Amino acid sequence: MASNSSSSSAQQRLRIIAGHLQKRPEDEHASVAAQECKAETPRSNPSSAAPVPKRRQEIMKWNGWGYSDSRFLFNKKGQAEFTGKRYRLSGLILPSLKDWFEGTFGANLQHKSPATPTVNLSAVAPPNLNEPFIEDLKAAGVAASHDPEDRVFRAHGHCLHEIFALREGRIGRVPDMVVWPSCHSDVEKIVELACKHNVCLIPYGGGTSVSSALECPHEETRSIVSLDTSQMNRILWIDEKNLTAHVEAGIIGQDLERQLNEHGYCTGHEPDSMEFSSLGGWVATRASGMKKNIYGNIEDLVVHIKMVTPRGVIEKSCLGPRMSTGPDIHHFILGSEGTLGVVTEVTMKIRPIPEYQKYGSVVFPNFQQGVACLREVARQRCAPASIRLMDNEQFQFGHALKPQVSSIFTSFLDGLKKFYITKFKGFDPHHLCVATLLFEGDRGKVLQHEKQVYDIAAKFGGLAAGEDNGQRGYMLTFVIAYLRDLGMDYYVIGESFETSVPWDRVLDLCRNVKERIVRECKERGVQFPPLSTCRVTQTYDAGACVYFYFAFNYRGLSDPVHVYEQVEHAAREEILANGGSLSHHHGVGKLRKEWMKESVSGVGLGMLKSVKEYVDPQNIFGNRNLL
Amino acid sequence: ILSYPRHPVLKKRDDFEDVLEERRRSSDLRYALRCYTPTLYKGLVPCKVSVLKSIVLQSDHLQCVIKQVSSESGDSTECVAEEASLILDEMAHRMQLSTVRFFVFTLSKAFKRLFRSVCVNEEGIQRLQQAVQEHPVVLLPSHRSYMDFLMMSYLLYMFDLPLPVIAAGMDFMSMKFIGEMLRMSGAFFIRRSFGGDKLYWAVFSEYVKTMLRKGYAPIEFFLEGTRSRTCKSLTPKTGLLNIVMEPFFKGELFDVSLVPVSISYERVLEESLYARELLGVPKPKESTSGLLKARRVLSEDYGSMHVYFGHPVSVRSLAEGKIKRSQYNLLPRYIPQKPSVDTHEFLNDAAFRLVRIQEENMVLKPWVLIATLLLQNPDGMDLSSLTEQTDWLRHLALAFGAFLDWPDHEACSEVISCSLALHRRLLSVSAGHVQLSVTDAPQVETTPEEAVFQRAVVVLSCASYRNQILHVFLRPALLAVAMQSANSSRKDDIYNCFNFLRNMFSNEFILCPGDSVQDFEEACYLLMKRGVLQVLEHEIVMSASGQSTLAFLCSVLDPFLQGYQVVCRYLCEETNENLTEKEFIPAVRSFCFVSLSSDLQKNALAALLRLKAVRKVKV
Repeated sequence: MASNSSSSSAQQRLRIIAGHLQKRPEDEHASVAAQECKAETPRSNPSSAAPVPKRRQEIMKWNGWGYSDSRFLFNKKGQAEFTGKRYRLSGLILPSLKDWFEGTFGANLQHKSPATPTVNLSAVAPPNLNEPFIEDLKAAGVAASHDPEDRVFRAHGHCLHEIFALREGRIGRVPDMVVWPSCHSDVEKIVELACKHNVCLIPYGGGTSVSSALECPHEETRSIVSLDTSQMNRILWIDEKNLTAHVEAGIIGQDLERQLNEHGYCTGHEPDSMEFSSLGGWVATRASGMKKNIYGNIEDLVVHIKMVTPRGVIEKSCLGPRMSTGPDIHHFILGSEGTLGVVTEVTMKIRPIPEYQKYGSVVFPNFQQGVACLREVARQRCAPASIRLMDNEQFQFGHALKPQVSSIFTSFLDGLKKFYITKFKGFDPHHLCVATLLFEGDRGKVLQHEKQVYDIAAKFGGLAAGEDNGQRGYMLTFVIAYLRDLGMDYYVIGESFETSVPWDRVLDLCRNVKERIVRECKERGVQFPPLSTCRVTQTYDAGACVYFYFAFNYRGLSDPVHVYEQVEHAAREEILANGGSLSHHHGVGKLRKEWMKESVSGVGLGMLKSVKEYVDPQNIFGNRNLL
Repeated sequence: ILSYPRHPVLKKRDDFEDVLEERRRSSDLRYALRCYTPTLYKGLVPCKVSVLKSIVLQSDHLQCVIKQVSSESGDSTECVAEEASLILDEMAHRMQLSTVRFFVFTLSKAFKRLFRSVCVNEEGIQRLQQAVQEHPVVLLPSHRSYMDFLMMSYLLYMFDLPLPVIAAGMDFMSMKFIGEMLRMSGAFFIRRSFGGDKLYWAVFSEYVKTMLRKGYAPIEFFLEGTRSRTCKSLTPKTGLLNIVMEPFFKGELFDVSLVPVSISYERVLEESLYARELLGVPKPKESTSGLLKARRVLSEDYGSMHVYFGHPVSVRSLAEGKIKRSQYNLLPRYIPQKPSVDTHEFLNDAAFRLVRIQEENMVLKPWVLIATLLLQNPDGMDLSSLTEQTDWLRHLALAFGAFLDWPDHEACSEVISCSLALHRRLLSVSAGHVQLSVTDAPQVETTPEEAVFQRAVVVLSCASYRNQILHVFLRPALLAVAMQSANSSRKDDIYNCFNFLRNMFSNEFILCPGDSVQDFEEACYLLMKRGVLQVLEHEIVMSASGQSTLAFLCSVLDPFLQGYQVVCRYLCEETNENLTEKEFIPAVRSFCFVSLSSDLQKNALAALLRLKAVRKVKV
């Protein structure tokens, strides 16, 4: 694995370009790279202990997604490029993005809607501090701050309305102070003091929430303290006999993966947000990873959880792999969204890093055939580590992100491929869609597995379409959030949302939700047709996870965010009416709270409420999510 | 969308164009053979008739029911599947463009002979063209004549719209040759009753749903279930409506457009046939030879015909807030599910509202006004007073929002004499005196019974024209009668009386369930605007000038009140404890012969059963 981390990013960029010209040497595949599509940490200090600084704003955007140095922009020639050095796409020109962008949204590069460049600190309300709490905290030796920048950074997740407000320089209720515990016992102290002084605690992990979970409740009158777990980021031990690792919950996905890689292991848990999201956050929201087919979702990965609640610490007494001891107490914690306490330490399953990894893609004549193929793959239980099916709009979107090709030969080959698929095979370019695949394991098995999947695909009219297409599909996942910031520079707003649904309803749900979005936009005066697209991102025995992207050009609207929220609300109603769930992995937060009762029944909600009442009668964990 | 405006008068309606005009000028043959390129549904999955059948037979839903039936009856699944296949063969249409072209040719000839004009609202056609592309469409024409569905297909062909598949009663199938011809022009045949037959229902509903889901063709059926013999709209049936809405409820379709179509005739072809049927002469069986004998109708003048395509009604917006689609989440969708109580209520409400739209878009001819007046004056009227009163009634009807087709630039007397001429079979005019009578009856001696029968035929024929305008006067008339019988001017008392009458007549007329208050307010509003009433906070007072209007409105309902009284009197006096339903109608008829149609008797009995005044005992 050292081969990957030692190769310089420049070399890697060269490799992409070279990859278009020649087939990559086989052994290259062996260089596994969970990070291949994602940002790479500076090479100078590969195992840096504290990659997330307390002052996050120093390396991350305060009003957008991700690292400050990485962003999309249209350069002076009107070409799109991605800045920085962290990603494979960094420094590359994306020649077709402009046309796609203008064509899809009716946007125009002349019409800019730039963001406020810096935080207007005078707009931040002075902190409502609980002095006795602060004094006790100081005595306990816990790091804290009430610097306005620190507070603003922790007052939001990445919902559209949150980012939009920041870009406009509007700042609402923010936490009154931030504390940084460095270990489990720090958290115990903080929670104890919070109870003693009646202070509201909001746990903060990676800050990637898209459910308004981090928003400070307006009705909260107590002092609000944001509990930032980022400094609790150590792997405490690795048990190679049982293949488990005990990790502090503040660790960020990419750090966890990289540090385990150094020991030859991985967790295999790769949510799209893994560059920034934290282990504790995954537990608190029931996160799902791209490669769950091999490694499982977070609930399958955890062996032991330690959580500090106002009532004390909750944990199991042993590391047994399964127990029959009444309802699993882990399931009160998983998905509790910070309403019950702070997850401090987690014992997780780990796996040896797979020997071989291979991307792939299949083109289908239409979405129906693609879904039928995924269903068959699920029926035969032979899903690769990841299999995703993009609809036609997303396929075209993916194409717009193709970097500039360096030779006539490559563009000639591309043309030939296109000719073969559309003319020779008769695929309609406005209907065809593509599935992206990722295989992992030992080499022989991967190749065998690959053949099995491609054989199934062929039965549904699928044509293998190469590794590049597959890899680009996964790259899209990591840069999509950056792309939203680009859109917002040019009057385009959007977001994604997800659901899970039984197999027989996948097609109907996708069609109805997409159409509902288009219709709602029209009815609400959106001047241009929206981008309304979906992909099937996970397969299960009994259903699938579907992910929607929705974006539109808001020129001419007086309150675009309100329109956006109304449309998203309607889309969620449509999902529920078509047999979809309230959420597959984003969680409920405050954004989807209104549907909780309908989703889990009154009794179900009552059960959850009574747990909350017992565990946290003072509502110390007062973010008001979920219930 | 469906809540009709509070001020019906302000309703804007489209203009008409005569589609026969063009037909009279160019070759019918060339027209029938012209290039037909219909606008298509954007999600259309084209498939052949045979493929359609196999999709239906292979569907999860039908397979599931086949297994159920097989395990209940003990027959093998192959056997039940075979039966299903036979049912489908008996039912399915076999649309063929060549047959349609043949119909287009012959109907062009026939329509030109029968009608002076066939008027269609072209804006409605344009709306339909739009709707057809967006979502699967269901056409819901009113049903007054056999002509209805022929005309529908004819018009859709004419305007390059996709030809509909039509749910037709099995009676037609017994017509050799013609039945098959209809099948080849898009009709599919359903048995009149198949209440408990699970398999039949499954085949039928899956067949319709499959066509809808594939966007195969617009589905056409009659909400009223059968031809209305009285020209009054019939209480709608909800079975087929449920079938066409279910794909939306279950998320299989984003939306379905329902298009109410109102077809009105200046003279109904089956005019006297209906009257005889209502008087107990059995309906002649549909047969090809019968049809040939009926050629006679071709030689008569039936005036003009109007077809009004209403605004498409989206099932999605109709169901908004009323149907919780997530109720279907917990059961695989292919397992048949009886509609829930809420769904049933919704279907019923929607069906009533759709029929109301049909009623409101029904064009009324001057003769309808004349017939109303002549029926109220059994001894006849002087032409001059008829003219005067018709003119008065015309203004009243317009004020109440009637869709009246009154020639713009003609004198009232001219219009009236034209109408009288067209309907001369129903009346006699001598020395300026107009009277309903049997003019072409043989003057040889007839028994008194026959004479009464002949007269009843004329009265009922005439009543069928009056019935066309009842929906305009109904609500104010109910209020007028309520005021008369309440013996009080207190609003509450009048409303209670109104409500009682409305309740009693809800089998007779189209009164949307639950709309009692709205109907009352609408009636008050209309009469107040007309200066007939003053509606105060707690009282309703008649204005000095309102007497004649109220008297007229009361006499509109009079025949119905009297008819219901007769039925009640009969039931009270008849001591036979074991009266069967079959015996009921002939018995009442012999009890009081005159002016009682079987339709009214049935409605009255149904109302009494509903109000629990009469008990039905199963023997």
